[in-house]
Amino acid sequence: MTSNQSDIFVGWGRSNGTGARHLRPLNMREVDALVEESSMCIARGLGRAYGDAAQCAGGTVIDCTGLSEILAFDVTHGVIRVEAGCSLDQLSRYSVSRGWFVPVTPGTAFVTIGGAVAADVHGKNHHREGSIARYVEEICIATPEGPRIISPNQEPELFWATCGGMGLTGVITEVSLRLVPIATSSISVDTDRAQDLEACMEMLASGDERYRYSVAWIDARKSGRGLGRAIVTRGDHADVDDLVGTQRNIPLAYNHVQRLSVPFTPPVSVVNALTLPAFNSLWYHKAPKHRVNEIQSMNAFFYPLDMLGDWNRLYGPKGFTQYQMVVPFGAEQVVRYTIERLQEAGSPSTLAVLKRFGEGDLAPLSFPMLGWTLALDIPLGSPSLGMALDDCDRHVANAGGRVYLAKDGRMRPELMREMYPRLDQFIEICHRTDPRGVFVSDLSRRIGLTPMPPTHRKGMTP
Amino acid sequence: MNDVTGMPQTAVVIGGGSDIALATLRLLAKRRLRRVVLLGRNEEALNEAAELLKGAGVEDVMTTIFDVSDVAHASEIVEKTVALLGTIDLVFVAAGFLGDANLEVIDPEIVAHSIATNFTGPAAVMTAFAQRLTRQGYGRIVVLSSVAGVRVRKANFVYGSAKAGLDGFAQGLDDALAKTGLSVMIVRPGFVHSKMTFGLKAAPMATTPEAVAQAIVRGLETGASVVWAPASLMWVFGVLVHLPRKLWRLIPG
Repeated sequence: MTSNQSDIFVGWGRSNGTGARHLRPLNMREVDALVEESSMCIARGLGRAYGDAAQCAGGTVIDCTGLSEILAFDVTHGVIRVEAGCSLDQLSRYSVSRGWFVPVTPGTAFVTIGGAVAADVHGKNHHREGSIARYVEEICIATPEGPRIISPNQEPELFWATCGGMGLTGVITEVSLRLVPIATSSISVDTDRAQDLEACMEMLASGDERYRYSVAWIDARKSGRGLGRAIVTRGDHADVDDLVGTQRNIPLAYNHVQRLSVPFTPPVSVVNALTLPAFNSLWYHKAPKHRVNEIQSMNAFFYPLDMLGDWNRLYGPKGFTQYQMVVPFGAEQVVRYTIERLQEAGSPSTLAVLKRFGEGDLAPLSFPMLGWTLALDIPLGSPSLGMALDDCDRHVANAGGRVYLAKDGRMRPELMREMYPRLDQFIEICHRTDPRGVFVSDLSRRIGLTPMPPTHRKGMTP
Repeated sequence: MNDVTGMPQTAVVIGGGSDIALATLRLLAKRRLRRVVLLGRNEEALNEAAELLKGAGVEDVMTTIFDVSDVAHASEIVEKTVALLGTIDLVFVAAGFLGDANLEVIDPEIVAHSIATNFTGPAAVMTAFAQRLTRQGYGRIVVLSSVAGVRVRKANFVYGSAKAGLDGFAQGLDDALAKTGLSVMIVRPGFVHSKMTFGLKAAPMATTPEAVAQAIVRGLETGASVVWAPASLMWVFGVLVHLPRKLWRLIPG
């Protein structure tokens, strides 16, 4: 154990921090001991969840970054076994040169495998290849009643509750993950501009079959006729033949570097109504109208923001939040409504990302479902934001959609059951594995993901 | 838990009969507020407030008799509140007593009582809550100060001086709470038409409990540390504090 002190923990959005005991176990035995003696704890990885998922006010935050060994790699089947605190970046450094890549990656490589499984993360390939749970062969979790090994065949209920379960079934300590084979570490990318939301959606829909990876960046500031104008980037892993010159000599080079870093938090957000329209306009017009087969490094394609370290500081001391929702196909108007409602509330959004999801999985708290997903980064501190997002929640729930818990810091708890109809099943599984209710996060208390503690219930009687 | 837009789910009010507190809680009930404990001296006023809040959508309203000047029981009341609510997202210190400042009417006991209700009592209770909430790891304390404390004037100098003390105490407490996950928000209303000022002649820029409540909710949403209501009073008092005493004392009423 390398530390035992109190700290204030915040999510990636750098807001709403809460105090907890900070413990950093260095092996599985230490995790087991910790879970056994804790009355209230939650696991934390690299802190990339935007909201309060990895915070445990008044309890213990189990910092898993000390568990980062790569344990085994089966080269023939591409199955890798890692400790849960191993990051995607670390994993890729090991596997890419050997011709294997993570099957699903979010927009940053600086997440842990444990966190990725706990949030059942998705990537630009969800429409074809689903979320990460599909590739998990086995998980080891620490529970108050000792370690458990779970898989789609062994204790499937607990396995699926753990995928997307936000750490509430136990501390994930080890994961076996099936990787995908790649010939090069490059992506062959097609870029297109779409002049409005309709054109963008049509472009994405028509490319579902053709492209393994696809995503649209939307200029969420633009209203009126050009609302939803977007840059659509789509691609697949390049073959060696696609490469030119010296690249061919080392087709599997992996070199993920942070070029720059934001050294301090500016006193006010530099992402604001003055800077955004200019930036967005520049970004939009900089992109080619139509370009095919451009060779990009995997890092440029998957992780453009990783090049700027601590970029979340740009939002100033009040921080920011991300609103990510999904609505079924046919509810396109909710995507438009969300963009318009936030414009009306005067909440500028920098990064708005739109993509299509394929079918969801068996995990009761997994976010993806067949439909459109829209994610918007929004600076906090505006007095009209809370109400605007509440309105969006209502529309999303009415359309049969949901918001993503790994991004959430504010959703309406009353809508949890509507958005996640299998919530009660999840709570029941948690209660069976963790009858004392040891696993608790700020998120779980805020929106009711775990049964209420006894003191809470006592207060209910008038 | 508080959310990233500053909205609490549970709250305790000290001075639960306060018009401003009630108006604030009714606004918060439209958002996330579901469970409330009201503390106050007057049982009838508490019950009335409780009914109103239930009507406004608060699921669970509990009331307990507590006099804010009863410093000896401050810690006990904090424990009792924690037992009722589990975790406390918002502590709203709204107790206050205007009283008289006419030298022909007041006596040492009246002055001591006013200061106990407006300053020492609230300060003691805030301390007890702050200490308990530090263990819980987070929480927001909102305290009703007043422009009367920003520059004390003869018309209400007993009340005003007590609020000046409370305001300073709250600033210091907020600074002391840095890096604990807790914070204090100070609210400085001007003249408010309410039970407390009933029958008094309104001062310029007078406001209502509802307007102050809106300013408070806005302050929670924007993460403010000081809220003026109306907001323009910040500029007005920015000037008034520099007025020479000889002029200041001429201000009537």
